[in-house]
This record gives sequence, structure tokens and C-alpha cells, in this order.
Amino acid sequence: MEHRKLTVVTGHYGSGKTNFSVNLALDIADAGNKCTVIDLDIVNPYFRTADFGDMFKSRGIELFAPVYANTNLDIPSLNIPLESILADGGYVVIDVGGDDEGAKALGRYAPVITAFADKQMLCVINKYRYLTKEPAEAVKVMREIEFSCGLAHTGLVNNSSLGAETTAGTVRASLDFADEVSKLTGLPIAATCAVAGTMPEEAPEPYIVKRYVHNLWE
Amino acid sequence: MAEKSLMKGNEALAEAALRAGCKCFFGYPITPQTEIAAYLSKRMPKVGGVFLQAESEVAAINMVYGCAGSGIRCMTSSSSPGISLKSEGISYIAGADLPCVIIDVMRGGPGLGGIQPSQADYYQITKGVGHGDYHIIVLAPSTVQEMADCVTRAFDLADKYRMPAVVLADGLLGQMMEPVAFDDAEIVMSDASNKPWAANGHGNKRKHNIINSLYLQAPELEQTIRDRYQRYAEIEKNETKAVADYCDDAEIVVVAYGSTARLAKSAVDEARKQGIKAGVVRPVTLYPFPVNELNAAVKNAKKVLVVEMSMGQMIDDVKLAINCSKPVEFFGRTGGVIPAPAEILAKIKEMGGNN
Repeated sequence: MEHRKLTVVTGHYGSGKTNFSVNLALDIADAGNKCTVIDLDIVNPYFRTADFGDMFKSRGIELFAPVYANTNLDIPSLNIPLESILADGGYVVIDVGGDDEGAKALGRYAPVITAFADKQMLCVINKYRYLTKEPAEAVKVMREIEFSCGLAHTGLVNNSSLGAETTAGTVRASLDFADEVSKLTGLPIAATCAVAGTMPEEAPEPYIVKRYVHNLWE
Repeated sequence: MAEKSLMKGNEALAEAALRAGCKCFFGYPITPQTEIAAYLSKRMPKVGGVFLQAESEVAAINMVYGCAGSGIRCMTSSSSPGISLKSEGISYIAGADLPCVIIDVMRGGPGLGGIQPSQADYYQITKGVGHGDYHIIVLAPSTVQEMADCVTRAFDLADKYRMPAVVLADGLLGQMMEPVAFDDAEIVMSDASNKPWAANGHGNKRKHNIINSLYLQAPELEQTIRDRYQRYAEIEKNETKAVADYCDDAEIVVVAYGSTARLAKSAVDEARKQGIKAGVVRPVTLYPFPVNELNAAVKNAKKVLVVEMSMGQMIDDVKLAINCSKPVEFFGRTGGVIPAPAEILAKIKEMGGNN
């Protein structure tokens, strides 16, 4: 998994953006780099990167989240100084909210992101999400996100998973899907995510991840 | 069963409604259930259904009242404060003997409360919601798959007994993602066939039907209510469901429903690993309350522990169900705080579940 100074993570609602973003941020930090995570999710009040504040703190990762994230007030307020965070020279991971609605908040930062050179904007895809099971559906969501935020993707993250029920077969069955999305969009597969023991040998750009987003009874 | 998909609880509720032939959805957004409306706004037009975002919860439930009167399967959904607003309409629908499905994805209360999960609507939902002598069917799923299955069941029971049915979930179930499978059957929108009472146009071929909850003569109203209670007796006899785990030799039986039942199960699994004889029983129907199933589950228990995401509401029904034949204790968190399995296990140990 290539590290760029700025990684913007978008995708369909529930595709696993947050879990991917958390893994990436921890990897960047473990490589000895300064890393900042920006939780730009104004759509989802539950299961978000702001849930990982304590873990990030213990690993030296700085977290910026909308004011009131994880409180009882579901009115987001964005006052994140992205330009100065980027100017600091560290690595930045932006976890964007789901679908085109979530990407609207990203649009506010489009001029800053466009002007920044060392970046990647990755679209997380998941074959097992109900409304993006077909490659064409996944591409449609991706285009809607781009239209909404005014930024273009540079790569795909195949994060196809059935949560706790994921097996190597689950991931293997998604490779053709990811390949088709790649062909339809002309975008490279930047990573195929799977937890240890479920990564198929033939997966392009294998990226072993941990499941950080999980249920309390697991 | 078809291939599994990864779905949010709220999305599964919505998709299941379509697949049950729910032709009309009337809603109003509120966290943590807005995904139901968002999902149906995308899906309904594709399958020939109606999605309507009403101007308020009160409007939405009254649209359900009208739609249900025409014999078409319809649904509304909300979260706790919104359900309070709908309560008048629910009473009218019950008073007019109409079937419909209402989803409550509970959040903290009272008042605006908070957006985090809660089970503090138990009294409100299981005791009828609005005014008057009546019951509504209440189903409490605990997995995303079960949320989908409960919606189908709710529509079937609502039609069978001509009354509203509620699927009672909470913010945790609504927001979490799990694999779910639907059968491959084609989606068929409901109509009023097999509903001779429906007010859907008589075409001068039959006597007109009237949808009404007003009875001006007291004896007539009393008789109507008595007839309704005969149906309730049938429901209480035939439609109860509970799931029991490790209860046969359990000394301490935990009673919990919905997402809390999974937390309780997790605590009981750990207790068993530590050699503690604990069991767990999960009411799936909250009305009708599974009285016989509960008595069977606690038969050999020394003590009963009720766990809820509230200050203790279902505990009353548990005590009534077992006629206070065993000591019943309580553990709960409220206001959007979720009880941890470790806390539940500590309570089991405190109650003497030590080996």
C-alpha cells in the first residue's frame, strides 16, 4: 500500500472506508511518520474514525473531527484547517462520509486538495454491499462522489467483505468485480484489503488489514 | 437463499419491507433511523412503490392510516421522539382495526434525549403507545438478518389480526452492518385482495366499507373492544416466541431482548467458560409476551437477571410472567450508554454465580 502525503478516502456508504482509513493511518504512524487523520464524515453518527480517538492518541496520531462528532448533537460543524495541516509536512488521511451526500463536505476543501501535489484519492468498493454489487453500480456511486466534491479519484481499494463472516473465498469472489470496476474507470487497484488468513494469493496489491470497526459482543 | 450481502440494520428493514409487498412508505427523518427513508427513496420508485417524505411524523402516520384503510401494505418508521408524535395515529389505526407496520429504532429519551441507542421505549411500545384499550404486536429482532425476517412477519401478523405491528429495534441494530440474505422471489406489491373490509372503491357492486374508530353508543364500543380482546387472546396463545440458550441447568438466567440480548449472550458465554451456570433467554415477541417460554427457561434457576438499555421496564413483565416465583434483579445502562458484557458478567457474579 503506497503512502502519499495526502490520502483522501471516499466510497459507498458502509463500504468500509473507516476501517481502511484507520489501518492506513496506523501503518503510516508505525513507519515513523507524523500522521493526521481527518474525520470528514458528516453523514453517519455511529461507527466513525472519531471513535478511535484514544487509540490514535496512544500511537501519536492527531485526529481532527467535526465539532460535536460522537456527541448527542447531530449537527456537524466543520472548522478543520486543512491547508495549515498539509503545510506542516506530515501525512494526512481524510475519511470522507458515504456516497455523494458525504462527499459534499469534501468539496469545501477541493481547491486546497487540487493544489496539493503528493496525493491520492481512493474509492473504497465492496462487492457485498447491497446497492453496489454490480461493477456498473459501484462506478455510478464513484462518479456521483466525484461530481459532488469536484475531485477525481486516482485509485480503487477493493475492500469487499462480509464483516465477521469473511473468508478467503469471500475475498477471492470479489477479484473479478474489482477488476471490472478498474477496467470501467481506468483506475488502478491501489489495494485489495483482507484480514490475515483470508488474502487470496492472486489478489492484486494485497493489503493485510485488521478489523478495528466491530460490534461490542464480538 | 440468495447470496449474502453486507447491510446496515436500517437498510435491511427497508429492503425487507419492499420484499413483503409494502407498496407505500410514509416517513420523516430522524437519527438513528434515517437510512430507512433514504434507502426507500432510492428503491421504491424502481419497484413501482410510493415513497413519501411527509411534513411531519403526525402527517406520516395519518397517511399510513388512510393507506391501510385501502388494504395496501404500508409502513412508517421513526425513532423514539417521532413515535411519541405518531401515538395518536397509532391509536386511531388500532381503533379502526387496520393492519400496518411501524418501525421504532430507539434512541435515548425522554424529550429529545440523544441519538445513541436505547431501549427506553419499552413501556411506550408494548403498552399500546396511544390512548384506549388496545394492543399492538411488537417484535424485537437482535441481528440484521432477524430484522429483515421480522418485517415480513410483522406484515403477515398485522394482516392476519388486522392491527398495527411494530418492529422494535435500537440505534445499535439500525446502524450496525452484518451479512443478510433475502430469498430470490420477485418483488410483488400488495393489493387489497383477501381484504373484504378495505375501503378501495365498491364500484356499485357491494355495500360500501367504512373505516372508522368512532362509536357513539357505549355498548357498541364495549362490544367492539371485547371482540378485539378475543383476537388478542388468540395472539397471546399462538404467536409468542423466545430463544433460550443454556437455560436447562442454569442457576442464573439472564433475560434480555434486542441488541442487549447479544451483549448478555456474550457475558453468559464467558460465564460458562469460567464454570458459572448461567443461561440467557431472549423474548422475540414483546407483545404477546412469551410467558410460557420464560417460565420454562427459568424453571431450574435460583435467580433471574433482567438486562436492558433503560432504567428497567421489561423487568415488570418478567416478574408478572413468572409470578415473582424467583428473585428478579436488574442491570441496565441508559441515556445512550451501552452495557458492556464485562459489566453484565460482574453482575452475574455478584448475584452468586461463582463457582
